Amino acid sequence: MIEVRLFATLRQGREKIIMLESETVSTVGDILRKLDIPTEEVSILLVNGFHKKTETPVQDGDIVALFPPVGGG
Amino acid sequence: MANAYYEKIARINLTTGEIKVEKLDLDLARKFIGGRGLGTKMLYDEGVATVDPLSPENKLIYITGPMTGAAAPSTGRYMVVTKSPLTGMIACSNSGGIWGAKLKYAGWDAIIVEGQAPEWTYISIDDDKIELLDAREYLGMLSEATDVTLKEKHGSDASVLNIGPAGEKQVLMAAIMNDKDRAAGRSGVGAVMGSKKLKAIVVKCSRKTLDVIADEEALKEATKKALTVLRENPVTSSGLRQLGTAILVNIVNNVGSLPTKNWQESYYEQAEDISGETLAEKYLVKAGACHRCPIACARVIDVNGRVTGGPEYEPLWAYGANCGNNDLNIIDECNMLCNEYGLDAISVPCTIAAAMELYQRGAIKEEDCAGVPLEWGSTKALVEWTKRIGNPETELDWLMSSGSARLCEHYGMPEVSMSVKKQEMPAYDARGIQGIGITYATSNRGGCHVRGYMISPEVLGLPQQLDRTVPDDKAAWAKTFQDLTAVIDSMGHCLFTSFAMGAQEYTDLLNAATGTHYTAEEVLEIGDRIYNIERMFNKAAGMKPEDDRLPKRLLQEPIVNGPSKGMVSQLPLTLPQYYEARGWVDAFPTDETLKKLGLDECIGK
Ligand code: SF4
Repeated sequence: MIEVRLFATLRQGREKIIMLESETVSTVGDILRKLDIPTEEVSILLVNGFHKKTETPVQDGDIVALFPPVGGG
Repeated sequence: MANAYYEKIARINLTTGEIKVEKLDLDLARKFIGGRGLGTKMLYDEGVATVDPLSPENKLIYITGPMTGAAAPSTGRYMVVTKSPLTGMIACSNSGGIWGAKLKYAGWDAIIVEGQAPEWTYISIDDDKIELLDAREYLGMLSEATDVTLKEKHGSDASVLNIGPAGEKQVLMAAIMNDKDRAAGRSGVGAVMGSKKLKAIVVKCSRKTLDVIADEEALKEATKKALTVLRENPVTSSGLRQLGTAILVNIVNNVGSLPTKNWQESYYEQAEDISGETLAEKYLVKAGACHRCPIACARVIDVNGRVTGGPEYEPLWAYGANCGNNDLNIIDECNMLCNEYGLDAISVPCTIAAAMELYQRGAIKEEDCAGVPLEWGSTKALVEWTKRIGNPETELDWLMSSGSARLCEHYGMPEVSMSVKKQEMPAYDARGIQGIGITYATSNRGGCHVRGYMISPEVLGLPQQLDRTVPDDKAAWAKTFQDLTAVIDSMGHCLFTSFAMGAQEYTDLLNAATGTHYTAEEVLEIGDRIYNIERMFNKAAGMKPEDDRLPKRLLQEPIVNGPSKGMVSQLPLTLPQYYEARGWVDAFPTDETLKKLGLDECIGK
């Protein structure tokens, strides 16, 4: 399974945490398509805590965290 | 010619009651802009670097920037510049709201407060008229009540700045509050105010705008551009308004850099409970904004039926993960207590976290705790100890209220204090995010994130994404961020505009308002100069090269859990690179660097 964590506005109309069968997606981009999240809505994209891109491959056991553009201090 | 300054400074001697009006040195203002830069230069020239910070000899400078109150984005800022009783070095605490703008509209670029009043006093400013009034009846009053009472007396158009009980008692982590919930929070500036027996400053003004702009048309043009940039950037247009800075809880936790239980861990399983998302869902009433701010990051929340200012990211973390507490309602309450007592909502909870670790290690015993043991996650401890720090009575109360460095030193465990230059570090683990460690170690006011916010490029990807795990190029980045930040603080803008705006936008605004013709490079050089004058103040105050350091834990104890497990700070590698970029040797500018920056008066000092 792949654990997808959604934050801030990406949660609107979606669950906070979504579990996906690892066979059904091979990259982060696939996950976005599957969850119907437009790429431009995501600005921080983490796989297991590290910044990655949409083409990054994902595998069983990965945690993918997605954030819209946000700032703070 | 108009130049965005009123060219007027009030010097108020509380010992003698004398009030003098002095002319602003315009050449100096051009060289240091205003606010943080000019204030530090003025304090340096006043020769107070070696005095006891809580003695009548220390001075308090309340200073605006040329942009403060101007018709440009997020210009409600003023700064308090003084020698810090917490760090023994330069303090410059920045606050929003509207007080600063009103001080400027009243016709003052700055006020310098010196001496010590014979009896508790407050200052009333009504345009040109400045009076010293009896404050004895307000003694012991909480901050919000002081605000309300003084407004009732002086009129609802007055804006009030004050200290709470913590400042009165010269607690080293006391803040100065204005407009109820805005704070010049850090470095114990409230204690200096208390040492002068100054309870409040009330400002009224008849002007509603800044009417001394050099080129109104150019400012309109520059503001239009800046507003467009802010509107087109998703962070400044909607991100901060929707979730405030609190959004960072989940992000920083997910990169394994949310210090937990006094930095013993760096990933907090319950982070969701104390996150910006949860705050918005459960307690948010609406977003709030400082004067002339389109970003509106402030939180207005409901705390047990009382509508008040809500916590920023920092107290959410410090009272939350860092104390092992996931009760958000308690964080809201403690944050409100910090505002009411007038306390730094970063240093206070971080000191409680350090005390909890001392308790865990057996250094503080249960019998020392007067019925409220310092157990991890104890909500009762968080509330009670905040009150005790805000109004100390027992020996341990006083020790705690002097900050974590002095507290841990007392128990023979200095390494438990997660501080730099005796000021507590904020909410980002410098082992998991390499560049922010340079900011912490070299910040002239001690542990602080807003002196060069490396979280922007290293975590948020603004203006571009840097790899948080490596030290490469971070020294140069940190220097540039520090210099630009010094400029923004000196102009009187809110730093958060810089999520979208760059050096060119600030330069255009500054030139339009003040009539200068600087390039962006020249403006950044002013930032460099400001950073160096702060450093020279610290040198005069007795700072040593070894004060540019990080706690041993960050250098020697790898992160134990979460995604950044195994990482340590590589500061020993980046610090020499940073000094080289600055033109410093052993933590201080060389004569050549001082000369290049036009700081000839500091050569040989
Ligand atoms: S961004 Fe936030 S702190 Fe800054 S001026 Fe606006 S409301 Fe105040």
